[in-house]
Amino acid sequence: MSKNPRNYVATTNACKLCTPLGATLAFKGIEGAVPYLHGSQGCATYMRRYIISHFNEPIDIASSSLSEKHAVYGGGPNLKMGLLNVTEKYHPALIGIATTCLTETIGDDVAMFLKEYDQEVEGEKPLMVQVATPSYSGSHMEGFHDAVTSVVKTLASRKGSRNAEVNLLPGFVSPADIRYLKEILSDFQISATVLPDISDTLDGRAADVYEKIQSGGTPLDSISNMGNAQATVEFGHTMGSESGGRVLKDRFGVENFCLDMPMGISATDLFFDHLQRISGTQVPEKYLAERGRLVDSYVDGHKYLYGKKAIVYGEEDLVVGLCALLAEIGVMPMLCASGGKSGKLKERISAVSASLLPEPPHVFENMDFYDISELAEKMDPDLIVGNSKGYPLAKKLSIPLIRVGFPIHDRMGGQRILHLGYRGAQNLFDLVVNACIARKQEQSPVGYSYM
Amino acid sequence: MEPLDERKDQIHRTGEQPFTLVCNKDSLAGAVSQRACVFCGSRVVLYPIADALHLVHGPIGCAVYTWDIRGALSSGPELHRLSFSTDLQELDVVFGGEKKLTAALLELIERHGPKAAFVYATCIVGIIGDDVEAVCREVEKKSGIPVIPVQSEGFKGNKRAGYTAACNAMARLIGTGDTEAITPHSINILGDFNLAGEIWMIREYFERMGVEVVANITGDGRVADISRAHGAALNVVQCSGSTMDLARMMERDYTIPSIRVSYFGVEDMAQALYDVAEFFEDAPEILERAKDIVKGELQELLPELAFYKEELSGKKAAIYVGGTFKAFSLVKAFRLLGMEVVMVGSQTGTEDEYRELAEITDPGTIIVDDTNPLELTSFLEEKRVDIFVGGVKERPIAYKLGVGFCDHNHERKEALAGFTGMLNFAREVHSSVMSPVWRFTPQRERLDAAEPQLLAVNN
Repeated sequence: MSKNPRNYVATTNACKLCTPLGATLAFKGIEGAVPYLHGSQGCATYMRRYIISHFNEPIDIASSSLSEKHAVYGGGPNLKMGLLNVTEKYHPALIGIATTCLTETIGDDVAMFLKEYDQEVEGEKPLMVQVATPSYSGSHMEGFHDAVTSVVKTLASRKGSRNAEVNLLPGFVSPADIRYLKEILSDFQISATVLPDISDTLDGRAADVYEKIQSGGTPLDSISNMGNAQATVEFGHTMGSESGGRVLKDRFGVENFCLDMPMGISATDLFFDHLQRISGTQVPEKYLAERGRLVDSYVDGHKYLYGKKAIVYGEEDLVVGLCALLAEIGVMPMLCASGGKSGKLKERISAVSASLLPEPPHVFENMDFYDISELAEKMDPDLIVGNSKGYPLAKKLSIPLIRVGFPIHDRMGGQRILHLGYRGAQNLFDLVVNACIARKQEQSPVGYSYM
Repeated sequence: MEPLDERKDQIHRTGEQPFTLVCNKDSLAGAVSQRACVFCGSRVVLYPIADALHLVHGPIGCAVYTWDIRGALSSGPELHRLSFSTDLQELDVVFGGEKKLTAALLELIERHGPKAAFVYATCIVGIIGDDVEAVCREVEKKSGIPVIPVQSEGFKGNKRAGYTAACNAMARLIGTGDTEAITPHSINILGDFNLAGEIWMIREYFERMGVEVVANITGDGRVADISRAHGAALNVVQCSGSTMDLARMMERDYTIPSIRVSYFGVEDMAQALYDVAEFFEDAPEILERAKDIVKGELQELLPELAFYKEELSGKKAAIYVGGTFKAFSLVKAFRLLGMEVVMVGSQTGTEDEYRELAEITDPGTIIVDDTNPLELTSFLEEKRVDIFVGGVKERPIAYKLGVGFCDHNHERKEALAGFTGMLNFAREVHSSVMSPVWRFTPQRERLDAAEPQLLAVNN
């Protein structure tokens, strides 16, 4: 069963965000880029507020600020004026333009407007990348992947002979994850283009001078060279038929390895195998040590976890990764839910967990938190793993919520949560096992201080 | 940094003659306005009505970004904290969303048993031409509860238009309830949203004065109370824009007069109680009780405030808020703390309000309408501000510049209204301004190195 089991008409407390939000996040990971929403003013402001509350960073998203007459006569003039103003104030290297439900419905032809803009405007002109993100189609993850694909289609090229570089398309992961991935690639002596790279742009330092556009992000030169790379590694199996990795393969013959997010030991082993094969470099000792310590801690903590029942929700690829991790430490995911609806969630979860679990979890796509709560309450779960929005359920059931993914709106440091690789597994393992120990301790009338 | 040419006439500096400031116009494309949209205006006003169903008709974004975002508390039902959406999909957009809307409404009304339902139209509903009004009529007939459309298509104006849409929606409820038991000394509280329990404090003051509060509009609001709001003798309206339209409608339709108040800061809070008391001149004991309340509260508050005033005296503050009523009160509140306001602005102020701000602020104070992150950055840097008062969108701007911050927007979880609120406000400001963390920020390090005497003062 992969459809919403209750099939309510209304969505209550959605477990997804709208398509253009994902596109703005992807654009935030490109050097010198300003995300731009072609729509009414509210979309940009709402999304800024939502994203700021997770990352605690300035998130400037420009808008066409369409009003009623533009909805009737078309938003072209406002789009062009907006692009001019953004250029004048921000001097961006790139403007990432995502549409909204309003401009998609009135049928604005953004590609044509951009062509006209190019002819009409003289002087400073940033690169323009546009992506169609009607919010009535897909969720923020489609918006994210489509924006990445659009960047690749617009900017990547092949010049001359193939080089030893590697493209890494990690999907929507945390700045801490991206930093760690870059460290791994560097330790493998792989010269890589990580697209997008939000490690600095969405987790910046306290700065001496206010940066209009936060420094960091994938350099445009690197993006344009992606067609020359020897291989692409792309995380996530639930995206649509088109992806950055597939475009690079089809257009420029770059070999594409599509992997699950490296969460837990098995998935990370597979990722490292690929890096080893691609680079010809043995897995560095540092990571063997990380892996060894991780296994050691799995053993140390296993008794607190075996048979514990978990509810898991979030973006589909994240849910697959979490499920893989939980299954290998003896926790049983009872319910795996997502607001996405790729049609692939159940199959991927089975692929990563079937050999580890006594029985398969219930897997449902197109879920909201009302559905999740209704099912979860019957499952007597021990813990919940997902973003902040599951807190009301955790509170209701008096069980711990392990906060992962996006958004984290009720704790500090969402941008610093490490999910990937051996080190990410270590972080999540410690969080999960300690939540279970803490609960046991709190529930004990004895008050053990030595568990 | 120079503002964009089209924005220059939306910025004024007190003392520069003559006063001119352009406002209440559409946000400039590409300027990264801090404003939201019509839907946002409606949503913030109606949101706290806790026993109503709030169904957002559109794709998922508008509903999910407004899920449980306000600190608006309820003493009973909490239906307002859930996020309901028709979550329109591509086929709905092609073939129309009316059927889905009807089904969603019936399903949710059956499931939650609300006292009324508000249906918010979002951008594309206006474009695809769904007849929300007709759907609401039909469902109202079937369900037996008021089902009220809110004409809040995002692009049809700015946040102010959303306030009007919300007031129009509430006007449909008013006049439907039984007013028989309402006493002559009665009021409605308009424009307080019970953030962190503020309306409970305000209500208590009024009740101690012997004034009956008929309806909270809308903090801790109830459908039944609002439906009999036309039985009150007076509307007491806070907030410059959000519920003024409703007060006007009630004056027109029910000849209920209104007064404008603010509950922020000691002066304005006391004035609000006096103004209400003076309205009921047939009962002088109400004014006596108001005086007693103010006296009692101040006796407790002022000694505690003295500490903060001493610590904060001479510090500089910048204010950027949604409506100007709050800005006026904040200017006064900062004065009470001995602090200097060097910048003040709002998303939706009117020319008269800005002129008044120019009159009460010190020369050189920047007054700004519908500003944006880059302008704010340059104002904060120019004025060397110690604390910035705003909402979540302004917070990272302050923090990146090494400036303290106080959240005074509708998401806050601290009660800042009333006499107790003034003390909380002083604590909030103090806890940010006096934190030791700033000394590590590169900007402060640089400034302190350039001006060692400032460091001495800060220590």
